[in-house]
Amino acid sequence: MFEILEKKILAPGVKLIKVKAPLISQKALAGQFVVIRVYDKGERIPLTIADKDEKEGSITIVFQEVGKTTKLLGKLEKGEYILDVVGPLGKPSDIDKYGVVIGVGGGVGIAALFPILKALKSCGNYVISIIGGRSKEYVIFKDEIENIVDEAYITTDDGTLGRKGLVTDVLKELLEGRKIDRIWAVGPTIMMKVVSDVTRPYNVPTIVSLNPIMVDGTGMCGGCRVTVDGKIKFTCVDGPEFDGHLVDFDELLLRLKTYKEEEMLALKTLEESEANRIESFKD
Amino acid sequence: MKVLKTKTPMPEQPVEERIRNFDEVALGYTEEQALIEASRCLQCKDAPCIKGCPVNIDIPGFIRLIKERRYDEAIKKIKETNNLPATTGRVCPQENQCEALCTLKRVGEPVAIGRLERFVADLELKKGIEIPKIEKKYNKNVAVIGSGPAGLTVAGDLAKKGINVSIFEAFHEPGGVLIYGIPEFRLPKRIVRAEIEYVKNLGVNIYTNVVVGRTITIDELLKEYDAVFIGTGAGAPQFLNIPGENLVGIYSANEFLTRVNLMKAYRFPEYDTPIKIGKRVGVIGGGNVAMDAARTAIRLGAEEVHVLYRRTEEEMPARYEEIIHAKEEGVRFNFLVAPVKFIGDENGKVIGIELQRMMLGEPDSSGRRRPIPVPNSNFFFPLDMVIVAIGTIPNPLISMTTPDLAISKHGTIIIDETTGKTSKERVYAGGDIASGAATVINAMGAGKISARSIIKYLLREN
Ligand SMILES: Cc1cc2nc3c(=O)[nH]c(=O)nc-3n(C[C@H](O)[C@H](O)[C@H](O)COP(=O)(O)OP(=O)(O)OC[C@H]3O[C@@H](n4cnc5c(N)ncnc54)[C@H](O)[C@@H]3O)c2cc1C
Ligand SMILES: Cc1cc2nc3c(=O)[nH]c(=O)nc-3n(C[C@H](O)[C@H](O)[C@H](O)COP(=O)(O)OP(=O)(O)OC[C@H]3O[C@@H](n4cnc5c(N)ncnc54)[C@H](O)[C@@H]3O)c2cc1C
Ligand code: SF4
Ligand code: SF4
Ligand code: FES
Repeated sequence: MFEILEKKILAPGVKLIKVKAPLISQKALAGQFVVIRVYDKGERIPLTIADKDEKEGSITIVFQEVGKTTKLLGKLEKGEYILDVVGPLGKPSDIDKYGVVIGVGGGVGIAALFPILKALKSCGNYVISIIGGRSKEYVIFKDEIENIVDEAYITTDDGTLGRKGLVTDVLKELLEGRKIDRIWAVGPTIMMKVVSDVTRPYNVPTIVSLNPIMVDGTGMCGGCRVTVDGKIKFTCVDGPEFDGHLVDFDELLLRLKTYKEEEMLALKTLEESEANRIESFKD
Repeated sequence: MKVLKTKTPMPEQPVEERIRNFDEVALGYTEEQALIEASRCLQCKDAPCIKGCPVNIDIPGFIRLIKERRYDEAIKKIKETNNLPATTGRVCPQENQCEALCTLKRVGEPVAIGRLERFVADLELKKGIEIPKIEKKYNKNVAVIGSGPAGLTVAGDLAKKGINVSIFEAFHEPGGVLIYGIPEFRLPKRIVRAEIEYVKNLGVNIYTNVVVGRTITIDELLKEYDAVFIGTGAGAPQFLNIPGENLVGIYSANEFLTRVNLMKAYRFPEYDTPIKIGKRVGVIGGGNVAMDAARTAIRLGAEEVHVLYRRTEEEMPARYEEIIHAKEEGVRFNFLVAPVKFIGDENGKVIGIELQRMMLGEPDSSGRRRPIPVPNSNFFFPLDMVIVAIGTIPNPLISMTTPDLAISKHGTIIIDETTGKTSKERVYAGGDIASGAATVINAMGAGKISARSIIKYLLREN
């Protein structure tokens, strides 16, 4: 049982929780994730570790409420408990001194990008961030990121914050203007695909953090398999970060739709259930 | 006295009913049936059956006690060497082990040793398991990684000796394959839970949600514990590596069974984890895992379930009983076919498989006749779901993070078979992680060996 120490609403449907998990907190590195199960009938879902506080023994998770599990998680309050949290899983990001690095983040992916940029910065890189969302209120972690990077750009679809347009618009301009040594892209699959397409002609190594459907997160089910450079990889043990130029994104996008009907049904049963809330876990 | 030539049959759930539920198929002996079956045992002096049991249960001994209706003592006798008898009585491949060597086989069927073991174990579970008194406690601490049969056996044996044991398990529930792999209808989870409860009651602490290699490393454990046992199994699924394998609707048997057993997807949407089920399901492979997957698919409502196997029924590694059960339940068998590629539609969903016909050649290293392709024999076989059950290999997480642990080219941890010792000081291993995918009772046998040598090492005694 893992206590929720803090809870914040960052944007419509986007929440941040701090969870007490001392063992995970000691070990977590940028790029890694946890698998959680909210309650005893719940599904296991992966969520990125957005931050940690070793002294407090906590990790921070930022999630978007898209289906039943994330909605149930969003209903838990400070002082309540998540039944299972396991991690840190996946390979940490390959942090090194590369030179000039761009981090591209979209949606909740911005929170997942944050620890990577932090680590890249402390390693001596010149770090540029491009983060974006649908409109102003969806651009999360703005201050946190601006505090650590050397140059920061923001885009919104409707122009309510930063530039009107897509993160890739800014990315293209930067790639034209100067030498970039490495790029990290974390966000919706489609965004990572487009970023990889944009950077390919420039030959800039582009790292993406994939988010297939997972069960265990430890390499025993193969449900998270993706095709990278024509070979089968398990995202949870070989990734989640891969060379974006080698990933078969179209296959991943199709695999993400596997349970579309079931996910809708699960959501409907949740909305119809009277309590609309699981038994809370209090000690 | 006339000897009964055949085993006393065990009552089973009727086929029409059981294909619509996940309840146990084999219902277990009544007392009367158990007494009849026990009376078949000849009480052989040399007891060849014992040599067939990897943990050397005193088989005539416990059967005699059943005959005398001293059931409490019968189960005690079994538990001298086997901590999980309700499980092994159900899932041991007895026909290749204890029963294979039974004297009665010369005149007919062997004594149903497994069924009798299950009978007394179930009786005990019904009454509540008695916890043995632990004579003496030692200030010695052992970490056990993985809570499958190997880990549970080591933990139980060490705890009975008075050593403190902590088990670290990656999943949210202990039990290993017994919980996530073997289906409810063959091994009810309440049985596994009760057997785990017994191990806990011996004083063993079980920490779930700890992935050794990630949450904590072997070297860190060695700082706090006097010895470490690795029983992490062979849980990583293998794929065929043919085109189209990532199409939607293609599962590893591990994923399919984990969703259904551990996550209870067969009760979706009451439980949140979904499973897709096709109308025409193909299961690739011929072992126990393939049979479990096929029979599970039938129960989930698939209209047709086809097992696709490269060799013939004779070479199938699955237990005979499982093949019979699968056939009764309507699973269809397609022999001498090998997958060439998967074919999908425009949405990336699998719609079929290209198969090639095979024929049998010379025996291979396993002694089974090797399948060889028949040229120009490819054909299309329509399917809307596929389960790949062609074997599992050890998960590399621990070997990746423990550089000084010697690993074979198959990814298994190299051990001294007689002690369970690995190349690393104070680290032992056993079960599927050392042997490759094998059986429950072999994993327990390996656990016993390691427990004995850990006790010897820690307490300086034999
Ligand atoms: C390594 C990894 C790290 C992740 N980190 C985060 C994170 O930090 N914050 C966060 O909000 N989400 C993250 N995700 C995605 C998150 O796991 C899914 O959003 C979650 O599983 C949805 O569960 P649900 O029951 O709420 O929704 P479901 O009902 O399962 O799904 C609802 C919708 O979300 C889509 N979906 C389902 N699973 C995923 C998935 N794995 N990725 C993307 N879309 C999905 C479905 O197609 C569907 O449209 C991560 C995924 C992975 C693999
Ligand atoms: C579907 C199926 C059906 C089978 N049917 C039969 C049968 O009928 N009869 C029979 O005798 N055998 C059967 N077997 C084989 C048998 O189940 C195995 O041989 C046996 O379970 C091996 O035991 P083990 O303790 O070595 O490993 P496992 O049972 O695999 O247990 C290993 C445990 O370690 C955990 N673990 C793994 N890595 C880590 C880590 N890094 N940190 C912490 N924990 C970790 C796993 O989560 C798991 O709980 C079957 C197997 C399968 C898959
Ligand atoms: S444990 Fe298995 S092999 Fe040993 S006696 Fe029991 S059924 Fe037979
Ligand atoms: S070999 Fe068969 S008959 Fe003889 S003691 Fe063993 S179980 Fe009984
Ligand atoms: S989530 Fe099961 S293997 Fe990656």
